Amino acid sequence: MNEVAKYFSGIAQGVKTLLTGMKITGYYFSHARTEIITQQYPNNRDTLKMFDRFRGVVEMPHDENNEHACTGCQACEIACPNGSIEILWERVVDPETGKKKKTIDKHVYHFSMCTLCNLCIIACPTDAIKMGQGFEYSVFDRKQLTQVLNNPGSKVRADVKD
Amino acid sequence: MLAFSIYDFSTLTKSIHESLLSTFSPGWTMTIEWTIIGLILILFAAIAVLILVYVERKVAAFFQLRLGPNRVGPYGIFQTVADFIKLLMKEHITSKNADKFLFNLAPFIIVTAALLGIGAIPFALGLHVFDINIGLFYLTAVSSVGVLGILIGGWAGNNKYSLIGALRSGAQIVSYELSITLSLLVIVVLVGSLQLSDIIASQENGWWIFKGHISAWIAFVIFMIAGTAETNRGPFDLAEAESELTAGFHTEYSGIKFAMFFLAEYLSLFIITSIGAIVFFGGWMPFHIGSWEAFNNIMDYIPPIVWFFSKVSALIGLIMWFKWTFPRLRIDQLLNLEWKYLLPINLFNLILVSFIVLMGWYF
Amino acid sequence: MEAVKEKTDLKTQEYFVNMGPQHPSTHGVLRLMLGLDGEIITSIQPHIGYVHRSIEKMCEFDNYRQIVHLTDRMDYLSSHTSNEAVSMLIENALEIEVSDRVKVIRTIFDELSRISSHQLWWASVGMDLGALTAFLYGFRDREMINDIFEETCGARLTMNYNVPGGLMFDIHPNFQKRVKEFITHFKTKLPEYDQLLSDNVIFRMRTEGIGVISKEDAISFGLSGPTARASGVALDLRKSHPYMAYDRVDFESIVMDSGDTYARYKVRILEMWESMKIIEQLIDNIPEGDIQAPTKALIKLPKGEFYQRVETARGDFGVYVVSEGGKSPYRLKFRSPSFSNLFSLTQMAVGGKIADLVAMMATLDIVVPDIDR
Repeated sequence: MNEVAKYFSGIAQGVKTLLTGMKITGYYFSHARTEIITQQYPNNRDTLKMFDRFRGVVEMPHDENNEHACTGCQACEIACPNGSIEILWERVVDPETGKKKKTIDKHVYHFSMCTLCNLCIIACPTDAIKMGQGFEYSVFDRKQLTQVLNNPGSKVRADVKD
Repeated sequence: MLAFSIYDFSTLTKSIHESLLSTFSPGWTMTIEWTIIGLILILFAAIAVLILVYVERKVAAFFQLRLGPNRVGPYGIFQTVADFIKLLMKEHITSKNADKFLFNLAPFIIVTAALLGIGAIPFALGLHVFDINIGLFYLTAVSSVGVLGILIGGWAGNNKYSLIGALRSGAQIVSYELSITLSLLVIVVLVGSLQLSDIIASQENGWWIFKGHISAWIAFVIFMIAGTAETNRGPFDLAEAESELTAGFHTEYSGIKFAMFFLAEYLSLFIITSIGAIVFFGGWMPFHIGSWEAFNNIMDYIPPIVWFFSKVSALIGLIMWFKWTFPRLRIDQLLNLEWKYLLPINLFNLILVSFIVLMGWYF
Repeated sequence: MEAVKEKTDLKTQEYFVNMGPQHPSTHGVLRLMLGLDGEIITSIQPHIGYVHRSIEKMCEFDNYRQIVHLTDRMDYLSSHTSNEAVSMLIENALEIEVSDRVKVIRTIFDELSRISSHQLWWASVGMDLGALTAFLYGFRDREMINDIFEETCGARLTMNYNVPGGLMFDIHPNFQKRVKEFITHFKTKLPEYDQLLSDNVIFRMRTEGIGVISKEDAISFGLSGPTARASGVALDLRKSHPYMAYDRVDFESIVMDSGDTYARYKVRILEMWESMKIIEQLIDNIPEGDIQAPTKALIKLPKGEFYQRVETARGDFGVYVVSEGGKSPYRLKFRSPSFSNLFSLTQMAVGGKIADLVAMMATLDIVVPDIDR
């Protein structure tokens, strides 16, 4: 008799758990309008805003006089784990003191190798670089991924100390 | 002008018959009528599958908190058309040692089995193509022919994994046919006839799910479970969603042949739910309660064809709900369920309903 | 249910099947060679190495500040905990004391990573066993944790937030509010997980009694984490060797006896509740303090061998460093929990069916990049 009772109670128990499961999915189906969390990506590009600290790509902000804050100290190049940054520098005579000083020629950034680890940003002593907010970086030509971060014709801001 | 009444399609069919008979000889009339009916049925099958595939994808998406197809056409309604065009353009790959004749035969068998069933379904009053006196028996017999297509398809691919999948699926379908037939027999005992129009006519004062109380409820639950297992759907889909090891019996098929397996699966889903709607819910018969004349007249205002399709849609929605909620059963648990649970309950139910009919304890 | 096997004269041939490197249910790029007799598995051999990226070798060329970011990408679901292991090793070797604020924040992030990893695990259990809706529900709940991480660290998965000596920068002002919202939200959703999968009769039939590992076998295979705790081995590094802020919170480590797949499943579900308890105790009073202890710009470890263990969501993760006094390690080795957990399949799966193998792999919770490094 025990087996028979177990047989029927097994059926009843099983059916009850199945109905509970169906209730959960049924709830989400009937409330689909409010519960759907899909973002319609290409259509909502205008309103899409990333968080402030989002790590997009490394950028060098320039102000309105086309000046940046990079002194060519190579701290970011040393901090980078896999060599994604190359600083091309030269020694230039400083007009104020008359001595030769290291200045930045080109800040070459290999975006194809960068792991977006943020170590270069915290290594920079003058806050010259920061992480951008974009995330659509697919290109057809690999050469476009080797970027030069400082704009042509720009120079260091006058008040940046080395 | 052709007489047309949405409540009784026999007026339309009679007037078409008369007008054809006035211009052609009886032999030609019959040929033309058969051609028209065949084309309409095939067209209906194709459109039904298109709609069903789209509905399945949208329903699955809403269960899963996402949107489903919404790019091809407004709300994505042309998505299935795009998919079928893509399938038509794919290459037919046949493996080297495959049995070519059987390989090409299998999709045809399975589609034929499904289309044979469509012909016997009463869609509305007067829209019943093939109304023989063994209607229900014919429908279950014809849907069993589909198993042959699955087994041949699995064998002919010369692929040991698809053979395993086909054999498992064959065992599953053959076992669950027993349950389907026995649960349908419950209503046949209550009605006294296998003919589909008789079964529908007997539900004029209420559907069997209400009139044949306990037995009809047990039979309906078993019918739904066995119906999802028959069509390889829902929690019983280890033969096709066999992402564990193989892709099932249709691994080796590509292009239009795969589309035929796909088509046959959704058509047999439609047929199983139609049988369920006819036998338990009255087919095209509106919802009547006993002899409440006023209520019945209001219910009769809605055309029967709308009743039929709404019942079928509700049952299809229920089956889709099963699929997207439950995990899969293993093959031995599935067969266990059939032989140790469903079959004894079915037999007990049959005895119960015979007793009920003898005593007259039904409405 | 036992299969009654009788010896008949019918001789069936054993054949080999590859659950190949590309497979929906092997959680990564893993190849399993199965020897099958009909439906029963007679032998199983995992072949690994498809995702080998020589991380340990790369660490020999980076200085100590830079090897932290490489550990993100091994067990990517507990990336914060792996980073923390390397940072703690350096801090203990140089005998730097981190502030209380850092300890509490690191613990909160650890537990958030644990919940996030278990949510993804639950999603993949549902998907492997056929309940495809469960997959999407698990991922939806995980999005809130990803947003918390992104707001503070800038990245959702590979966070690289730890530096030797503390954290990279301070937490965002919204951090506490978001974490509290998440806890309130998830407490209403976690019972749904139970109702959808754990109590379901089909799920129980698929997982109860399958893949039993006894306590002795668990110890001899070297299992750790929830996999071992489900077999009765009470090994939880947060209790036995407490680090960071684990010694000041009150929680239980879940241990079950049966050792089957259902026990492994249940342990992780209950662990999510315990993690929420830990976070609740810590989130309201984060002490003030320095975010970074002062360290030299170029870190050099003294000569010797160092080892550090942490409890990730998968088990016992260890970092072993042999240092010659330079700015990079001479040799570095990671002890990954998924590696030891995987090879218990060779005993568990034999005698079961292929469908059982899928259920077992789903609850072992391995991450293949962690195995291959």
